[in-house]
Amino acid sequence: MDWFYLKGILILSGINLMAVLGLSLLTGFTGLFSFGHAGFMAIGAYVTASMTVKFGLPFIPALLIGAMVASLVSLFIGRWTLNLKGDYFCIATLGFGEAIRLILDNVQYFGGARGWPGIPLYTNLTNVLVMNIIGVIILVNLIRSRHGRNMKAIREEELASQIIGINVFKYKLTSLAISAAYAGIAGGMLAHYTGFIQPKMFQLIKSTELTIIVIFGGLGSISGSVIGAIVLTALPELLRTFARWRLVVYGASVIFIMITRPQGLMGGYEITPTNIKKLISHILSLGNKKHSLGGDNK
Amino acid sequence: MDTFIQQLINGLSIGSVYALMAVGYSLVYSIMNFSNFAHGGVIMIGAYFGFYAMTALNLPFIAAFALAAAGSGILAILLERIAYRPLRKRNAPFLYFIISAMGASIFLENIVIATVGPTFRTYPRVFDSAPISFGAISIGRLDITMFIISAISLSILMYIIGKTRTGMGIRATSYSERASALMGVNTDRIIFIVFGLGGVLAGIAGMLFGMKYTVYPQIGFITMKSFIAAVFGGLGSLPGAVIGSVLLGTIETITAGYISSQYRDLIAFVLLILVLIIRPSGLMGKPTEDKA
Repeated sequence: MDWFYLKGILILSGINLMAVLGLSLLTGFTGLFSFGHAGFMAIGAYVTASMTVKFGLPFIPALLIGAMVASLVSLFIGRWTLNLKGDYFCIATLGFGEAIRLILDNVQYFGGARGWPGIPLYTNLTNVLVMNIIGVIILVNLIRSRHGRNMKAIREEELASQIIGINVFKYKLTSLAISAAYAGIAGGMLAHYTGFIQPKMFQLIKSTELTIIVIFGGLGSISGSVIGAIVLTALPELLRTFARWRLVVYGASVIFIMITRPQGLMGGYEITPTNIKKLISHILSLGNKKHSLGGDNK
Repeated sequence: MDTFIQQLINGLSIGSVYALMAVGYSLVYSIMNFSNFAHGGVIMIGAYFGFYAMTALNLPFIAAFALAAAGSGILAILLERIAYRPLRKRNAPFLYFIISAMGASIFLENIVIATVGPTFRTYPRVFDSAPISFGAISIGRLDITMFIISAISLSILMYIIGKTRTGMGIRATSYSERASALMGVNTDRIIFIVFGLGGVLAGIAGMLFGMKYTVYPQIGFITMKSFIAAVFGGLGSLPGAVIGSVLLGTIETITAGYISSQYRDLIAFVLLILVLIIRPSGLMGKPTEDKA
């Protein structure tokens, strides 16, 4: 396996991770499910690409504009749909994601359903990595703040959070807007990695894929999302040799995870220096106990 | 005016097939309170059952229908056993059901791609292609058949739900699963029957859909529109599902006829968002309330 191929997989994982980080905040920490994140990615991709191609902006400012537009659109969507109960919010985002795609199918300015070729290739491993590191740092800080704790409270018990004075709607909206910004950046990076975008790339299946990664990694765990994004992006690529069956295996494994370990790989745990230290000392102390036991027996 | 009536009739015929699919979503929602997104996959497999029954097995039209219906019914029951029952036994949150359903629909779509390939397939012609004309209005024989078969199937379903003992069990379970179980209703059996009924209708719908258009692995996505119809009418309400489907079918054909067929799919999703914003419980649904 050559470096070029491996690098491609890493970049794709990084792009997916970007979107997954945002979705992790929304789903894992605020408890809202969205099946429309491919729509936000599409907005990010098309806005960023038009900034660089049609307005000649540099890559990073263009990305930020893409993220901002996706975020603004999400505020508009959230304003109307966040009051919906249960899976109705989920259905609304699904409808929104598909509507975005079907609108783009008809916008001839962006090439319509045939797609938009010739987007300059600005995305490389370095800027994907930097973006993801910044993304993780912002997310970790947010989750550890008071705002993050409020979001987790809403996830656990919405009504009780409302009663103790948390502005549930405001936090849900913030969470949605931030996650949409992450998705927008992911979309912009994707457009400048493949050099070609097409509404078809942002179908419902893309949103599903992102949600599955979040679940696989473990709800409420950022490290889980990172591992999930890398494993679930790389796995299908590495399984190319039996390409026809890989998605069959993928679908079956999703069901299998749900019925066996629905809390996901990490299930709320994080990999942090302190936790690693704890784990190591735990293992060491286990060893010591055995040793002392052996001593007693003597 | 003639074109309008023409579009209305076309809409009614496609709407009736949507209704067959939409009641599958609504039945499951009324009992288990989650949207079974794998239903589209069951419809798609039903279309393939019918196709191979007619081409590979050379079965007559009616026998192919029976096979498609039975095959899809069994598939839907298996799906419940494998993907949902373990979750149900553990009282898992509804989101796990949705993810499991998504996994199942990816599985079903791709197992078809892996085994018979992604190509489009056309059903053999059963009906004379010459339409029946009434003055300026002409109706295709297939459209009439679609409408009649859908209407009969839906009537049988309504009879089962409304008049039989099993139907009473289904209604009771949809009202409160726990209370029904306490009163001696075998809710496992009811859920089994609900998935079976939904599957049988999915098979019939899949085959009709395949005959009207073509058969390909992504049909499941098109059937998403029947889900929209179910939401439109009010998830969990069977009359709602039927009314929503007929309305959606008519709105679609009228959009295609008067504006452009390009906007057909878009109109469905825009309608979905509008309905959710204005009246989330749909036309016939009960308003949802937060349980403390």
